[in-house]
Amino acid sequence: MVTPNNPTSGDRPVTPQSLAVEATVPDVVIRLAGDSQDGIQAVGGFLARLAGRSDQEVMTYMTIPSTISGGASIFQVRMGSGDILSAGDRADVLVAFYQHSYDGHRESLRPGGVLLYDSDHVTANPDDHDVTAVGVPMTSATVEAVGGSSKEKGKNIYVLGLLARMFDLDVPKLTQLIHERFGGKTEDLVRNALLAFDAGYAYPAEHLRHILYRLEKPAHQSGSRPNVTCDGNTALAYGLIAAGVRHGAAYPITPWSSIMETLRTELPKYGGVFVQCEDEIAAASTALGFAYGGHLSITGSSGPGISLKMEALGWATMAEMPLIVVNVQRAGPSTGMATNIEQSDLLQAIYGSHGDCPRVILAPKNVEDCFYVALEAGRIARDYSTPVIILSDQAIATRIEAFVEPDLAALMGATLPDVGPRDAYYKPYPLDRITHHAPPGSVMASGKYPIATGLEHDEHGHPTASPVLHTKMTAKRREKLKTLAATLPAPELAGDESGDILLVGWGCTYGPIREAMARLRAGGTRVGHMQMRHIHPLAPGLEDTFARYRHILVVEINDEGLYGYGQLATLLRARTCNPAIDSITKTDGLTYKVSEIVERVARKTGLADPSIGHRSKSILAVNVR
Amino acid sequence: MSSLETPSPSAPVAADGIRAPLTKKALTADHPTWCPGCGDFAVLASFYKVLEKLNYPQEKIVTFSGIGCSSRFPYFVNTHGGHYLHGRSLPFAAGISLGRDDLHVFVFGGDGDGFSIGGNHLVHTARKNPRLTYVIMDNSVYGLTKKQTSPTSPIGFKSKTDPWGAYDQPINPMRTLLNSGATFVARSHAGQVNHMVDMMHRAALHDGFSVVEILSECVEFNEGAFDAASPRKGGAWQTIELRKNDGTPEDAARHDHSDEFAAFKLANEPFPGRFGVYYENTTRPTKNALEQKLIVASREKTKNASDLDLMQKTFARLR
Ligand SMILES: Cc1ncc(C[n+]2csc(CCOP(=O)(O)OP(=O)(O)O)c2C)c(N)n1
Ligand code: SF4
Ligand SMILES: [Mg+2]
Repeated sequence: MVTPNNPTSGDRPVTPQSLAVEATVPDVVIRLAGDSQDGIQAVGGFLARLAGRSDQEVMTYMTIPSTISGGASIFQVRMGSGDILSAGDRADVLVAFYQHSYDGHRESLRPGGVLLYDSDHVTANPDDHDVTAVGVPMTSATVEAVGGSSKEKGKNIYVLGLLARMFDLDVPKLTQLIHERFGGKTEDLVRNALLAFDAGYAYPAEHLRHILYRLEKPAHQSGSRPNVTCDGNTALAYGLIAAGVRHGAAYPITPWSSIMETLRTELPKYGGVFVQCEDEIAAASTALGFAYGGHLSITGSSGPGISLKMEALGWATMAEMPLIVVNVQRAGPSTGMATNIEQSDLLQAIYGSHGDCPRVILAPKNVEDCFYVALEAGRIARDYSTPVIILSDQAIATRIEAFVEPDLAALMGATLPDVGPRDAYYKPYPLDRITHHAPPGSVMASGKYPIATGLEHDEHGHPTASPVLHTKMTAKRREKLKTLAATLPAPELAGDESGDILLVGWGCTYGPIREAMARLRAGGTRVGHMQMRHIHPLAPGLEDTFARYRHILVVEINDEGLYGYGQLATLLRARTCNPAIDSITKTDGLTYKVSEIVERVARKTGLADPSIGHRSKSILAVNVR
Repeated sequence: MSSLETPSPSAPVAADGIRAPLTKKALTADHPTWCPGCGDFAVLASFYKVLEKLNYPQEKIVTFSGIGCSSRFPYFVNTHGGHYLHGRSLPFAAGISLGRDDLHVFVFGGDGDGFSIGGNHLVHTARKNPRLTYVIMDNSVYGLTKKQTSPTSPIGFKSKTDPWGAYDQPINPMRTLLNSGATFVARSHAGQVNHMVDMMHRAALHDGFSVVEILSECVEFNEGAFDAASPRKGGAWQTIELRKNDGTPEDAARHDHSDEFAAFKLANEPFPGRFGVYYENTTRPTKNALEQKLIVASREKTKNASDLDLMQKTFARLR
């Protein structure tokens, strides 16, 4: 048969060129719905990496059930030539593997979109004319194509072939990706995958009539470095290594675990050590032991595990020990919803532990930023001898994005402990300077060796209960973060620099807020978007920026609390005393849709049409007759 | 670990280029805050002697601790060191040791610190076998918080939390330590300075996780608790004679401290029991060695690529 990998051996006359392409579209949202063992994420990953290699923008959205196998799973990928900031509110293409996938996700499809369903498993509603429904016997066709004992395994790759055909995707690049992905394994695997892919690609074109498209070619990117594609946890893990982290310790928990797995396998190559501990308390402690030894060190967790680290974090502040702590936030208190998203650990990050316990909090805005925030965390931890918490979240951690490869040669951080001799005036806790520890191995010219301690102490680390010293030392620990604050850049501000509405966000809400801003502005409202990466300390000058807008709406994924404001909104109100600061919050465990933000903003302010810019029909809708 | 080729610092050396031996004077820091008569003074005095004997470069010694009266220890020793959280000093010290294989790490703490709040860490540190020495000063009471029941308080002990006499079964420290897989387990008594020096010295020389439990009387809240092992107070001081493997008939009666079962048997003797080395395993590799092996193997696989090379290869794979 004619296949892209075997172009001449068959007798089928239909080639991809032989049917008319229905439309060229700037971007498309494809949702794959099935079970977690179907390899749906692999297909999503292929599409994402293909887009990355084609200089196309890409953004994905995954839900992973916390049960290991079985259970509904979806992967949504949005790819295109524009600035793709969110994974897309609703899908243009839905691939439904099972009846439950069809039943559960049909609603996510925009009118005019395309439903591809496995006709071996799904009965689609025949009266549903809102979308173009195409049944393909995915299971039996895969079994037939691959043969042997592998059964329906490979169904996902079959679908990849179908989609490649449907959107005229770059077949050589995709087959190259298949080789890379399965190449290290047995020959059989690669062959089977290619057979499945070819079968999907060669699905009789007459059945795909009217649903053949082409993606707009992106404007050629001028950057000299190529795109890379990965999820946020991967970007964060490699950002930490680039920052100079060679040591760390942790305990597994979703969605943090993959960072720890990466570090455990990668660090030995760099001469480092990562320890899996008995619990999160031990992990924070071991990480602090590494830090005390003079290394840039890291621990991390999610949800309940972060709570367990709180006492140790207090010690890190008191003893002024550099430490990076990653919190990949998940939903709810206690075990909550382990695989859902929430931004409800912000106040814990700032105020958790006990006593006056200042520390630094950074929040990456997207996958790429995970890499750069890690670098910054390393620099701040070292320069200010302080714990730094990176507040990532489940959405950023698991979604895949393409971004320009970092300039690694310019960015790699130092890794060796500073154990040079210390002069006779050395003090571990000087009142007039920022603490820089003399790790063990440092010879002390004074002959007096320093003590790192969680007890309140004098400049030499000796315990004290002196009211004067506790006051001064508390101020020392606070003032160094104010010194840091003075160096921070103003938060990124997009859109109108003054006007009706300032949308403020942090973490994974970046993309949807930015798109919401664009829609509102297109509707004539003057809107700006401020993204906060430095959560604590806050950059100076916020009050002046806020004063330029009538409404300041802080958009976040957490509860409005007893007093009606989300966590960042609460902080900003306390910081600026600006009564124009209001809050948009939600706690459904899902990322914001752009339309959700637009609607909420419009309702709150009365300044815009709630459905402004809402794309009700799919971009593929030309086919709806 | 390998990123650990720390530049060898210029140590305090005499004019003739030879380092002066480490003395008690150099090792003395703050004056201890313990109550007069507290057993911990003798442990401190013995530790100075151990360090004098070991004569490590002073800047390479680290003393750390948890929280409790006994955990004040590092303030009184002039070496690098610190004072961590209640019960968590072992994972902290494991981090020091695993990150800095060039150091000699000593950890001090009490019975509550080690067997209660830190109990799980004790088990897992033993399991991992990092290179460090842990000294538990057991006074069978919570001293710092002023007389509550501790995990080693005997049944009937009247404390502020059990005024009628404790009735929870106390743990047996030797059995707990043996069971956890610690590779060096010894027991001593604060009334016996030479014995303490010997035990801590052997522990320091052991390649792995070594623990010495020292019965150290709290004169304030548990006076006379260990008289049964003090000859001066009419008690019996019974030490463990170690097997010499000299082929003599009397040698068979001596303790084979490589024999876990023999060690358990000793541990089951009724209070005050015996003092000395219960167990030593010299074959189990340390976590330090195992991590180093992993590093060497990983670096061989990547042909000792530079950090930047490794990182660039990784990103090339993400393209
Ligand atoms: C998390 C925590 N819980 C409780 C305490 C209070 N605390 C301090 S020391 C101590 C017990 C000390 O007993 P032990 O470890 O036997 O040491 P000792 O004072 O007897 O030498 C307690 C309960 C604490 N510091 N931290
Ligand atoms: S209270 Fe007991 S353990 Fe604490 S210093 Fe006094 S005698 Fe020693
Ligand atoms: Mg005690």
